[in-house]
Amino acid sequence: MALMRVTSPHTHNRQTTGQVMQLVLLATLPGVLALTFVFGWGTLVNILLAVVFAIALEASALKLRRQPVKFYLNDYTAIVTAVLLAIALPPYSSWWVILVGIFFSIIVAKQLYGGLGYNPFNPAMVGYVALLISFPVAMTAWPTPIHLTPNTVIIPNLFEALLIGLTVIERPMIDGFTMATPLDLVRQNDSLLLNDLMNEYPQFGRWSGYGWEWANLGFLVGGLFLLQRKIFTWHTPVSMLLAIAIMSALFYDGGSSNSAGSPLFHLLGGATMFGAWFIATDPVSSAVSNKGRIIYGAGIGVLTFIIRKWGNYPDAVAFAVLLMNFSAPLIDHYTQTKPYGHNNSK
Amino acid sequence: MRKIWDIHGGIHPTENKKQSLSEPILQAAIPPYLYVPLSQHIGAAAKPIVQVGDKVLKGQAIASASAAVSVPVHAPSSGTVFAIENKTVPHPSGIDDLCIVIETDGLDQWRERKARQDFNFFADDELLSIIRNAGIAGMGGAGFPAAIKLKSNDSKPIDTLIMNGTECEPYITADHSLMLEKANDIATGLAILAKIIKPKTILFGIEDNKLDVVNGIETALNRIDFSTQSGCTTDVRVVTFPTKYPSGGEKQLIEILTGKQVPSRGLPADIGIVCHNIGTAVAIKDAVCLDQPLISRITTVTGEAVNRPRNYHVLIGTPVSFLLEQSQYQADKNNRLIMGGPMMGFALADISAPIIKTSNCILAPTEAELPTPPPAQACIRCGMCAEACPASLLPQQLYWFSQGKELEKLEQHNIADCIECGACSYVCPSNIPLVQYYRASKTDIKQREIDHHNAELAKRRFDTRQDRLIRLEQEKIAAKQARQAARKKTNPPNDKPPTANTSAANADTTATTDNAEREATVKAAIERATIKKATLSTTTDDPVARAQAKREAQLAQDQADPEAKLKRAVESAQQRLEKLQIKLAAAKESDDPNVNILEAGLEKAQSKLISSQQALDDYKKASHSED
Repeated sequence: MALMRVTSPHTHNRQTTGQVMQLVLLATLPGVLALTFVFGWGTLVNILLAVVFAIALEASALKLRRQPVKFYLNDYTAIVTAVLLAIALPPYSSWWVILVGIFFSIIVAKQLYGGLGYNPFNPAMVGYVALLISFPVAMTAWPTPIHLTPNTVIIPNLFEALLIGLTVIERPMIDGFTMATPLDLVRQNDSLLLNDLMNEYPQFGRWSGYGWEWANLGFLVGGLFLLQRKIFTWHTPVSMLLAIAIMSALFYDGGSSNSAGSPLFHLLGGATMFGAWFIATDPVSSAVSNKGRIIYGAGIGVLTFIIRKWGNYPDAVAFAVLLMNFSAPLIDHYTQTKPYGHNNSK
Repeated sequence: MRKIWDIHGGIHPTENKKQSLSEPILQAAIPPYLYVPLSQHIGAAAKPIVQVGDKVLKGQAIASASAAVSVPVHAPSSGTVFAIENKTVPHPSGIDDLCIVIETDGLDQWRERKARQDFNFFADDELLSIIRNAGIAGMGGAGFPAAIKLKSNDSKPIDTLIMNGTECEPYITADHSLMLEKANDIATGLAILAKIIKPKTILFGIEDNKLDVVNGIETALNRIDFSTQSGCTTDVRVVTFPTKYPSGGEKQLIEILTGKQVPSRGLPADIGIVCHNIGTAVAIKDAVCLDQPLISRITTVTGEAVNRPRNYHVLIGTPVSFLLEQSQYQADKNNRLIMGGPMMGFALADISAPIIKTSNCILAPTEAELPTPPPAQACIRCGMCAEACPASLLPQQLYWFSQGKELEKLEQHNIADCIECGACSYVCPSNIPLVQYYRASKTDIKQREIDHHNAELAKRRFDTRQDRLIRLEQEKIAAKQARQAARKKTNPPNDKPPTANTSAANADTTATTDNAEREATVKAAIERATIKKATLSTTTDDPVARAQAKREAQLAQDQADPEAKLKRAVESAQQRLEKLQIKLAAAKESDDPNVNILEAGLEKAQSKLISSQQALDDYKKASHSED
């Protein structure tokens, strides 16, 4: 047997990118379950449709680019992108919304830039923002949590949810079925004290939006799991959450009608936890050094709060992430690590 | 417990050390032929001092150190020098290099040895020369000549001596078994080191996966009074620390034990530390006390493709194939043969390559054990490499810049600080052979530096040449102008026929010339002009032939008219004087250091002018009296 000529190291921890991505998928489970529990089957249908479209588009793009299709599909990154975008979309989104979103995520944001590893922007967030700007009505039509839905509205079962997604059947009555999100209510409020507002509208729960807080806690659990498995370091998510907490504490003003909401309201509201643990941690488009990641995460946190408070969109994580994607190379330039032997003796 | 420090990054690969530790060190057999490479260390290769056909005894020097950074090589066993030729050597590139091939006679007969148990008999510099002459080069893997590390340097006093018993690479147990079985030899070697270095602190670093050696080492160390050896109060500590790769790297071990970092591009001596491997200590002990040079070492033979993994005491120059046979090697199960460990070792191209001074392990794994690496996927900048990097670099950025061959960026990201430990590749989920990229980039940077240097030299040569050409041209013009000026002064145009101009006669002589003389001058001038014309019109292209023809014509003319020759001498002396005056003026203006030389030259030229003038006058007087 001829001896193999390879360079060192000759051993490997045998963890592959595909396995890392599978872990990420697994970690979304608690959050997805919470979303399903709160909003019904819509999220799962979103995920199903998005994954199918993503695999199809990724495969055809790879084929056009004359790249090995199976080799790249095996890295699971297209599926992760699809799942993350599907989670961000309002449940019961129409198939064409999802398709357009996946097209922007996979084709425009990823493959046109050279495929995996070469995308300067987070693909899922590019897809999300493209949709938000193009179809603001469809993108802000969040369904009412199941337990707050009036009895007159029938909650679709899984099959019906699928048919809704495929636009074979219409959504149930819009009025009863969708509601303004808690973030919207707080932003638009200018007459009620925060406490009164939260008592008046059923969309609020114990600390934040009803149901939203459970979804956020679910994504927090998933994120901590990935942290424990050392899929990413704590720097980005923790600095992002801290920045949101500090910003909201500064503008809480004790809960007046001008209040932007309490820190807990922001930490467990909207896409905060999902963004912190699953979007901001995307390694390809974020800063590389730990110091850089602290700045990067904090930037996302600050921008998220600013856009939530003074912007015109229901949530802000996507914009904040994309804006910080722009800044990542600059951050990298100024936050190079100090290697061994460069005057940093302990 | 002494405080220990943590290093950044590091990994925990499966240790796989038990396999080769189940049996004690075994003396390996003597192979029929020993292939002893002349370059087994960092530095210049040794020079052979034996001839083909010479009888050699075990331990006899067969090649001598050829430079300051070089060590001699000795015959590992007795026999005959069979050949001195290029043979396969252990090298990542699988190259051939000069080896002395010894046909062994099986007698293993030593040269005469002067064993001395008490090394205090020797002065420090004697010890140093013994260590150098014994051919000892760092046994940990790098192979740096040990004596050079030991040489004292007053500007960099050493206060800490570190014994490296870490052996952090998986599979390798050569140092482990040495510590188990030869604790006393290690302690004696360390005492010799202490006597030379005189450190205030001696730290013996051992990873906590080798706790079974600690007692033995401590007992052996306690037997020696290190304070007496080093002539000052010396604190000796055995320090254990958590197992982590690459704790055994010199820089990493120093940080773990002292909390200090060796400056980038610097040496441990810069921070008062010197680090030696325990194998080196044993080799030093053998050299000093037993008068035995470095001709053998402990090598681990392991991996699932050998049935009896264990450690061997093996002669330098033993072919790897011969050693493997003794461990019941199964070639058909083996996918690659690694010299060194799985992290930093290199794949051997040829199973017949010999064991050398730095060969601590032969690893023969099966495909299941160390599988063929799958094709690399795209880098997703996950940062696991940066978390693993013991040098706190950003491997993902280095990889990015390596791909784009952005050498400045690579240097700015301190690629020079990469120790090529392989931790980044080990954790990379995309299976990118990162270290390979860094090695290639380091070579590119080195090549670029060489190219820059050469380009710089070429440019300097060109500039100097241009300057010289311009200067010569200017001098020519200046000389011509001076000549013209001088001519105007000496030749009032009204009382001379135009032909006289060509002779450019001296002012003094013209004042005293009579008609006959003038005629002669004119004649000579015409003659010279004719010769010149003839010479110029010569068809030959050869400048030498032309010059010779001219010279001959000149000589013939000189014989016919000696006065013209003398006149010419005066003329040329005067020209030279003028030239020198111009040069001197320029040199004085520009503060040229050559002013003195020029002044001396000027004086000489003046005296030459006077003397040639004298000769001309004398000749004239003589010819006049003859008349």
